[in-house]
Amino acid sequence: MAGINIIGVSTKCNLLGVVEPASIIRSSPICGRNIMAMEVTQVLLNAQSIDGAVRKNAEESLKQFQEQNLTVFLVSLSGELANEEKPVETRKLAGLILKNALDAKEQHRKFELVQRWLSLDSNAKSQIKACLLKTLTSVVSDARSTASQVIAKVAGIELPHKQWPELIGSLLSNVHQLPAHAKQATLETLGYLCEEVSPDVIDQDQVNKILTAVVQGMSTSEGSIDVRLAATRALFNALGFAQANFSNDMERDYIMRVVCEATLCPDVRIRQAAFECLVSISSTYYDKLAPYIQDIFNITAKAVKEDDEPVALQAIEFWSSICDEEIDILEEYGGDFTGDSDIPCFYFVKQALPALVPMLLETLLKQEEDQDQDEGAWNIAMAGGTCLGLVARTVGDDIVPLVVPFIEGNISKPDWRQREGATYAFGSILEGPSPEKLIPLVNVALTFMLSALTKDPSSHVKDTTAWTLGRIFEFLHGSAVDSPIISQANCQQIVTVLLQSMKDTPNVAEKACGALYFLVQGYEEMGPSSPLTPFFQEIVQSLLTVTHREDAGESRLRTAAYETLNEVVRCSTDETAPLVLQLVPVIMMELHNTLEGQKLSSEEREKQSELQGLLCGCLQVIIQKLGSSEPTKYVFMQYADQIMGLFLRVFDCRSATVHEEAMLAIGALAYATGADFAKYMPEFYRYLEMGLQNFEEYQVCAVTVGVVGDISRALEEKIVPYCDGIMTQLLKNLSSNQLHRSVKPPIFSCFGDIALAVGEYFEKYLMWAMSALQTAAELSTHIAGDDELVEYTNSLRNGILEAYSGIFQGFKNSPKTQLLIPYAPHILQFLDGIYMEKDMDDVVMKTAIGVLGDLADTLGSHAGSMIQQSVSSKDFLNECLSSEDLMIKESAEWAKLAISRAISV
Amino acid sequence: MAPHDLRRPFKRAAISDQQKRRDLSLLRQAQNRRDAQQQARCLASSILSLQSSAPESEPEQSDIEIETEHDSEDLSKDLDVRRVSKLRGPEVRKWFARQLMLPEWMIDVPDRLSQDWYVLARPAGKRCFVVSSNGTTVSRQRNGSILHYFPSALPAGAKTRDGSGSAQSYCILDCIFHESDQTYYVIDMVCWNGYSLYDCTAEFRFYWLNSKLEESGACNVPSHYHKFRFSAVPVYNCDQTGLYAAYSGAVPYVKDGLLFYNKHAHYQSGNTPLVLVWKDENCSQYVIDTDGKGEIPSQQQVVLELQDDGKLVTSDDPPVLFCCLDGDIIEKSGLQSGNLLRFAIGDGGLSFVDGKLENADLIYLGKSNRARAFADSYSKVIFQFMVRHSPLKIDDLLASINSPDDQEKIPSDIEMVG
Repeated sequence: MAGINIIGVSTKCNLLGVVEPASIIRSSPICGRNIMAMEVTQVLLNAQSIDGAVRKNAEESLKQFQEQNLTVFLVSLSGELANEEKPVETRKLAGLILKNALDAKEQHRKFELVQRWLSLDSNAKSQIKACLLKTLTSVVSDARSTASQVIAKVAGIELPHKQWPELIGSLLSNVHQLPAHAKQATLETLGYLCEEVSPDVIDQDQVNKILTAVVQGMSTSEGSIDVRLAATRALFNALGFAQANFSNDMERDYIMRVVCEATLCPDVRIRQAAFECLVSISSTYYDKLAPYIQDIFNITAKAVKEDDEPVALQAIEFWSSICDEEIDILEEYGGDFTGDSDIPCFYFVKQALPALVPMLLETLLKQEEDQDQDEGAWNIAMAGGTCLGLVARTVGDDIVPLVVPFIEGNISKPDWRQREGATYAFGSILEGPSPEKLIPLVNVALTFMLSALTKDPSSHVKDTTAWTLGRIFEFLHGSAVDSPIISQANCQQIVTVLLQSMKDTPNVAEKACGALYFLVQGYEEMGPSSPLTPFFQEIVQSLLTVTHREDAGESRLRTAAYETLNEVVRCSTDETAPLVLQLVPVIMMELHNTLEGQKLSSEEREKQSELQGLLCGCLQVIIQKLGSSEPTKYVFMQYADQIMGLFLRVFDCRSATVHEEAMLAIGALAYATGADFAKYMPEFYRYLEMGLQNFEEYQVCAVTVGVVGDISRALEEKIVPYCDGIMTQLLKNLSSNQLHRSVKPPIFSCFGDIALAVGEYFEKYLMWAMSALQTAAELSTHIAGDDELVEYTNSLRNGILEAYSGIFQGFKNSPKTQLLIPYAPHILQFLDGIYMEKDMDDVVMKTAIGVLGDLADTLGSHAGSMIQQSVSSKDFLNECLSSEDLMIKESAEWAKLAISRAISV
Repeated sequence: MAPHDLRRPFKRAAISDQQKRRDLSLLRQAQNRRDAQQQARCLASSILSLQSSAPESEPEQSDIEIETEHDSEDLSKDLDVRRVSKLRGPEVRKWFARQLMLPEWMIDVPDRLSQDWYVLARPAGKRCFVVSSNGTTVSRQRNGSILHYFPSALPAGAKTRDGSGSAQSYCILDCIFHESDQTYYVIDMVCWNGYSLYDCTAEFRFYWLNSKLEESGACNVPSHYHKFRFSAVPVYNCDQTGLYAAYSGAVPYVKDGLLFYNKHAHYQSGNTPLVLVWKDENCSQYVIDTDGKGEIPSQQQVVLELQDDGKLVTSDDPPVLFCCLDGDIIEKSGLQSGNLLRFAIGDGGLSFVDGKLENADLIYLGKSNRARAFADSYSKVIFQFMVRHSPLKIDDLLASINSPDDQEKIPSDIEMVG
């Protein structure tokens, strides 16, 4: 069995041959290398010295060496790594520095490093690579392991450029003859390599060779445990390359068999790694699992029941992952396999249900004592309950009868584990099954739960009970549910119990806040009079009290209290608007207090700024709520000056989240204030500019770009004095490769906002903006890539199109309209281009057809014949006119109207 | 290659409130951007200018080109139609009176009737402009006076609507109010929901009218918030079937002749030869003009405007000259330029040379009714004259459609002056 080749392993000799690394080093033309190498060892040792001064000195030398002669530096490091006579610490560090010279976290830095490596002298590169390959056979495991990682990094750069084609062949050429330690290193290298490069870079022939070596390395016939472990871990990364092999029955059977066998290996690390492979297979090859699912169930059930926790957790994760797949499939296709869909649902979960649910319920009783106080806790009970929740979402009503006996049998037992397990089971199945199925249960359980939340002696039980109440309100309470579970009669009791629980231990109080959040949310659509109105004041007061608790920093209690307060504000009605207004000075005072200049430790400062973030967030929600209706806005505006003053002071505190929250709040304030916002601009502008320059915390930058839009709409032409600065910064941001790409589409939209606000004054920036737009438009016409890239490209298109819309509408009816005529052909070409690509989403479609209308509206007869020649004005327009999407249809009708005017003049 | 972290969110809401705040902000910004964009689009060219109605006494306003130029440049004097519709007084009446598109009378059959024209049966009733805006609907008759002030289901036509409609939203419809069934028959659409259809072809306006009116609910039976029913009038291509259908087909209203619309024509204020009206006894009770008592006078009567130099002209633009009054007659009778004067056409009738009016036998009857805003148009005078002597019959119209190739051969006996 073990001898089967996945696709005929070649036994030919390695024709390319691996040159003996030492010979290259010996014949190296680079002079003085040996002396350097001697020094390198010492410097590398010094760099790890306990003496800070020595260490600093050494780091400085390394830096200098690198700057003086990068090539020699890298060659020396690789020589150090390969040299068996050198101390293991210096070899490791040499490899690490080498690795860091090839890769970085920041995208732009990474790009620079890749370019630098590609332009390096090829002889030197050959030397380095030879040293790396040689190190794989080292007896020192740390050296091997380091070399594996560096090889993968080099491969990650070179293989996409069709360089180092012999790498995989040379790794695999004599894998069978290698001693175990070298074989282990080779397999590990293959694993890293698969992690580093994308599957399309390696041709199928090489994939076959890799898989053959890896799967053989995993099999029971392999004597070395280390080799089997390395092979199993390598397979995890190589699975993404195995599309073709998983389509071949015989090869797939073989891989699955070896993986399943590995789950039974005596070595726990191998069992864990093998289950990780199964988890990965469950999502990557879901549609190929049918023949194996029964066996896998048996294996996972056994592991959940009796294996070590790390293995059992992976076994549960397999089923969670299957649920994820089936939930996605069922959501996308509504349960009907029409034949159009890529992957049918095999209903593995439904089939396994009678055995799967008892298995999971059993895990619920394996809680740890203090898991609710431990942020990082993850144990078998938590994983089992989470999986049970996913199963409920997958199968719906079918799970209910299987779980109810467990709940009934345990919910009032003396052992807290049984009560908690039963409650957790109940809470877990509240999402998925129909309200009709659940509401009778909830009606029975609600009173019990409310009583448990106040009276149960176990904090753990109370925690889960509060969480379960939250789930009840989240999924079964609200205007969408036909038969309400909350009546006039029990509403008061629920509120009283929750407010009471907010005085409990932080973890329980936090869950109670969460439950209140969903209780409030359920009344959002209730109209002018909410059943919560009588309790409004008390709820707000209790939440504010929670925020002042000494221990509110634990279990994110303070955050939960403010979040609930925000929801209370969002869901307030006309009746309670006066109470929300009363909240304004209260929150302002809280914010004011955080700004009083006491000396703080860095830890205290961090807490302080977190609190400022929460308070700014709360004010933002209040401003948005009160600003949305005229009478409340009018009263609220008396606070505007003071609030703005506070926000400006918050900006002086350097913290990313605070900036973002204050910025968001200012956007809402600008919207509420309108043109009067101009009076804040002289002071605020400085911070606006700072926000736009904040590339590091790109969320802040993104939010600030959005606020520029708010301000443009509020100020209209009064924004003109600030336009030079803003436009310059925005154009700079667009050309930066350090700014996160997600910020660029909103920048384009922002061009449109500004142009619409200032009208023909935009002429000053027209050439620059149009040139940036044109470049981006050309890039975004064709998309080749994954879903994420398609999504990004569409958001980019939308930004570009919004910019065009704003510019056209801004220039309309101005004598300078003709300035836009030269840009029209390109814009029409862009519209035709994205139409023909057939991959735009609905949002882009709506914006694009609107731009066609704006172009026609503004340019009129000047563009008439141009428009008539475009595909967009015919096929695209007709497609939009017959769209099901009302927004698209409306934009299309507008475009049709504008075009008909333009061509009939 | 350490084991991979497989922790999943535990007892947590899937989305953080901070993310929710961010998302809601983005949503609000997107909505505001849409509103701003929508407002800009609606502002389109939909602002009808309140023409600085030049006093009639002003000399020689013959160069229409210059006048329009002047008006469009002088934007400061422009008034938004929505504001105008709320105003009262003679100026506003006059302004509205000048906004309606007025058909010429069909005195010969236009070329390419079947290809380029629509035909519809005109309802009998009061021609008016219906303007809905800011929660009310106002209808104004040809002379600018208000007919009804009422709530309607037109966009922005009643206060009860959900209020989500933007302030820019309003409609202007060209209608005929039909008394017996209390229905506004819409014969043209000028603005809809903030979008101007002024510069659109008739083909497009009718398409829009038919798709939008129904969907607005304005065609529903009247209710508290929708006082009068609106109805579209069936519009036909002016081929034989279409013409015949319009002429003899059953309609829920009393017909008053046929209206012909050139498909390519924009909505244009005042008289236009691109919309024509034609009548005979079968399809109208009012073929021959009646006098104030509702009786047909023995002689055709015409109303002409007296100009400074004693010229008597039609309401056309440019005006057509009928004859001149002597200066001393004017002095003696105390007539002033701008007066509308009533004449009868005597037995001498009208005579034409090369299709141009050569001579008119006019008998002065007196000043016209004060309610009259305009003199008769040239085409009306001629149509009325033809009706009395040699009417254009439905068979002539049908025949012209039958022989499309013969169009060129038909001598045009009257030159269009519009």
